[in-house]
Amino acid sequence: MKKSVYSLCGMCAVRCPLRAEVEGDEVTWLEGNPHILGGALCAKGSAGIARYRDDERPHGPLIREGERGEGRWRQVSWDEAITYVTDKLKAIQKKYGKESVMVTSRGGPFQNQYKTFCHAIGSPNYTNHDCTCGRNTHHASKSLYGLGRKGLAYDYKNARHLVLFGRNILTSLKVAEASAVVEMLRRGGKITAVDVRVTPTSGKANRFFLVRPGTDYALALGMVNEMLKQKAYDQKFIKKYVKDFSKLQSFVKPYTAAWAAKECGVDAATIKAFVTDIKQDMPRVIFHPGWNLARYKDSFYVSRMLHIMNILMGNIEVEGGQFFPKSPADCGKKGLRNVDCPKPDIERADGCGSTYPHLDKGPGLEHLLLPPMKTGKPYPIKALISNRHDLMASLPDKEQLLDYLNHCELLVSMDALWGEFTWYCDVVLPESTFLERSNQLVTQKGLKPRFAIRQQAVSPRYDTKPSWEIYKMLADKMGVGEYFPYETIEDYWNWQLEPTGYSIEDFQEKGFVELTDEPVWYDRDKLDGKFKTPSGKIEIISKMLEDAGIESLKPYEPPQAPEKGTFRLVYGRPAWLAHNQSTNNPILSQLTPGNRNNIWINREVAESLGIRNGDWVEVKSAGEYGGPLQAFVTEYIHPEAVYTDHGFGKEVPVQSRAYNKGVSDAKLMTGLLDVWDRAGGAVALCESFVTLSPCEPPADA
Amino acid sequence: MSKYIVTHDVNSCIGCRACEVHCKEKNDSPPGANYCKIITVGPYERQGIPRFDFVYMSCFHCEKPWCVDACPTGAMQRREKDGIVFVDQGSCVGCKACIAACPWGVPQWNADTGKVSKCDLCKDRIDEGLRPACVSKCVTGCLEFTTPSEASESRRQHFAEQMLRVQG
Repeated sequence: MKKSVYSLCGMCAVRCPLRAEVEGDEVTWLEGNPHILGGALCAKGSAGIARYRDDERPHGPLIREGERGEGRWRQVSWDEAITYVTDKLKAIQKKYGKESVMVTSRGGPFQNQYKTFCHAIGSPNYTNHDCTCGRNTHHASKSLYGLGRKGLAYDYKNARHLVLFGRNILTSLKVAEASAVVEMLRRGGKITAVDVRVTPTSGKANRFFLVRPGTDYALALGMVNEMLKQKAYDQKFIKKYVKDFSKLQSFVKPYTAAWAAKECGVDAATIKAFVTDIKQDMPRVIFHPGWNLARYKDSFYVSRMLHIMNILMGNIEVEGGQFFPKSPADCGKKGLRNVDCPKPDIERADGCGSTYPHLDKGPGLEHLLLPPMKTGKPYPIKALISNRHDLMASLPDKEQLLDYLNHCELLVSMDALWGEFTWYCDVVLPESTFLERSNQLVTQKGLKPRFAIRQQAVSPRYDTKPSWEIYKMLADKMGVGEYFPYETIEDYWNWQLEPTGYSIEDFQEKGFVELTDEPVWYDRDKLDGKFKTPSGKIEIISKMLEDAGIESLKPYEPPQAPEKGTFRLVYGRPAWLAHNQSTNNPILSQLTPGNRNNIWINREVAESLGIRNGDWVEVKSAGEYGGPLQAFVTEYIHPEAVYTDHGFGKEVPVQSRAYNKGVSDAKLMTGLLDVWDRAGGAVALCESFVTLSPCEPPADA
Repeated sequence: MSKYIVTHDVNSCIGCRACEVHCKEKNDSPPGANYCKIITVGPYERQGIPRFDFVYMSCFHCEKPWCVDACPTGAMQRREKDGIVFVDQGSCVGCKACIAACPWGVPQWNADTGKVSKCDLCKDRIDEGLRPACVSKCVTGCLEFTTPSEASESRRQHFAEQMLRVQG
C-alpha cells in the first residue's frame, strides 16, 4: 500500500518542499511537492533516497578511542554518549566558565533549537557557517535597509531584467528560483551576467561581462555612475525613501563607465548600453545582491552597491522586483511558537555586537570563535558542538583550523553523514537523514506565507536520532530540559501550533498550511516604517557603519595582481553537488568523471605552461597542500583565475567513493582563515593564489 | 517511433542533469550506465556571446529498431501496444549485439548483471497514467512527454507566436 508523505528536502540548504511515496518502510519515489513545485526536483534531491540507503555513514553514537582523526571508535549507547558529552561539558564549564562552549551549525530554519541549547547552558557563543557564505550580503542589506539578507525577496518570474554578479543562479540552484528565472526568460526577460568565467547561467545571458577577478566593485561603481548620468533611477522613490542620495552622487563621480571598463577589462560601450537597457526595463529590474559572497576583501561593498542599484531602480514592492516576504502577521495570523532562551548576559567571544557593534550578534562569526581556543582571549573556548556542518570543508586552510581546534578539549559532531570534522571529533551523535526524521514546523515567508512540515518518511536504518530528540536528551542531562517542552515530535508540533489555531492534520493534505489565498503586497507609497534603520529611511550613509568607524561608501582599491606563475583560485559547484555532502553520495558520485574535480585554465595561460586540455596538473597552495587535477582548458575564464568545484579532496577513509578523490579548494586557501572583512564580517575565499605545473596522473585515475 | 516522444526545449534547459539522477534513482542503473544523459556542449561563442548548449540523449524507441533486429535471444523487444523498446532481463545473455547495432549508443551495459539495460520510458509509470521519471521531475519543465503529433502542433503554435512577437 503506497502512501504519500510530505516533507522538506535535506540535500542542501534550500530545503525544497517534497512528496515521498512510501511502500512498507521504503521510499519508492521522491518528487518536488506537486502543490508548489509541480513535482520538479533537482539532482541532489532525487539522490536523497540513495543517501538514506547508504551504509557509508555513522551507524550509531561513537566515542573516539585513538588519536583525533585516527578513525578508531567505540560504538556506544545513546545514554552513554549523551552522558559522556554532558559530563565533559560540565567539567569544561566549571574550569573555563559557562561561556567556553561554542555551538555551530549550517544555519537554516531549525537552528533556534541549537541556539536555545547554547544559551540555556550559559554560553552566548552560538554561530553558524555564514561567515563563509552570506554574511557580507546580510550586513550590506542591514546597513541600507535595516533589514537582514532575507528581509527582501525577488519576484523573478515577472522581472524584465535580472543582473547577476557572479550569482550562478541556474546552477547553484533553488528549484523554485531556477524555474522562475527560466520562466522569466520564456516571457522575454533578459539576464546580464558578470563573472570571471562562463557558467550555465551566463550561457543564457543576453549580455556577459567577463571581468578581471576582484573588480566587481569597479564595475558596480561604473554602472551606478552611468545610471546617474543617464537618469536611470526612480527619482520619486528616492526622494521619498532614500537618505543621503546626494552623497552617492558625489561619491561615484570619478568612477565613470570608461574607468570601470578599463579596470575590469570590459567594454565601456557595453556598460552604457546596459544602463540604457535597464532604464527601459525599470522598475522590473533585479540586481541579485549575492548569495555566497564571501569572496573578496571588498565583497561587502560589492553587495552594498548591488543593493544600491536595486534602490535606484525603485524596485521595492513591485511585480518583477523586490518584495518584503510577508509573515503570518501580514495575513492576520498568529505565528508558530518556537523554542527559545534569552542570550546570557556575557559578551560574545568573537566580539560581534561589542568590539564590532555593526556585526550581528545573532550567529556572530564562526572564524572569530576559533582563535580564542588557542589564545584564551577574550576568554577561552574549549568545547565545540557542530550540527551537520563540516568545518574542515567549509572554512579555508585546514592546517590553521586544526591549530585552533587542537586546543579545544571537546569536539562533538551531530551529523547524518561522515565529514572531515566528524571524522576528527571526539564524539559523534549521528542524526537521522532527512527522510528518516521529522523536524520542528517552520514558517516560510513570501508573498503567500505558509507553515511547512518535515515529517519522517521511513524508520531510521541505523541507531540514529533526529536533532530535536538529541537536544532534548542533552538539555535534560544539563539540567535545562525545561527549554525543550516536549517528549515526542507530536508534542513539539502541537506546542508550536497552539497559538495559531491550526492542527497537525491541516498539514497532511499538501504538506503545508497556506496563510493566505492571494499574494500579499504592501502599498508601495506607504512603506514608511518598513525600513528598520535608525532614520527609518534607506541609508546610503549608514549610521550603523559610521558609528562603528566604518565608511559607508568605500573608495575603490584594485585587487592584488597575481605574482608571475600564480593564479587566483575561484570556486563554485555544479548543479548536482551540494559541496562535500554530495561527493560520496552513491548516485551523485557517479556524475563527475572519476568523481574528481577538474581545474579550469585559460587557454593562453595553459599554452604558455605547456598544458593541454585533459592533462594532469599539480595544483599547489602557498602552504604544503596540493594535488593533481585534470585541466579543462578554455578561453572562457579570465587568465588571472583558475576555477574548481568545491567539496572534493575528502580524507575520510570510510567514504570509499570520495576518499582522496580530487583536491579540496578549501585546503588550498592557505592563510585565509584569518583574512576577513571588518565591514561585512565574512572571510574572503577568493583571495588565495595557487601554482600549476604539469604532473603524472594519480595512481588510481 | 513509439507512440510517444520526449521533447527537449534546449532554451529552457539549464544542464542541471537532474533528469539523469531521476532516471538512475527510479531504474537503479549501475555506475557507468545512463539510460538518459545530458550532453553538455560548450562553452563556445555564438553571435559574440558565450553559450552552453545541452542535448538530451535517450532512446528514440524506433519504429524499426536495429537493436531488436540484432538481438539473437529476443530479449530486446518492442512493446506491441505502444512501441516502447525494452529489454527482457531474463532473456538477455549479454552478447552486446544491440550495443553494436544502435547508431546512437543507447543500450547500456550493466557490469553487475552482465546484461544490457536501457530506457523503457518508465513503462510501469506510463501504465499507471504517469510520465517517465526524467520528465516528471525536470527542474525547469524543459522535458516534455508527448506524442509526435502533439509535439508538432505545439511547436507550430510556439513558432507562430514567436514570429508574431518578433513582428510586433
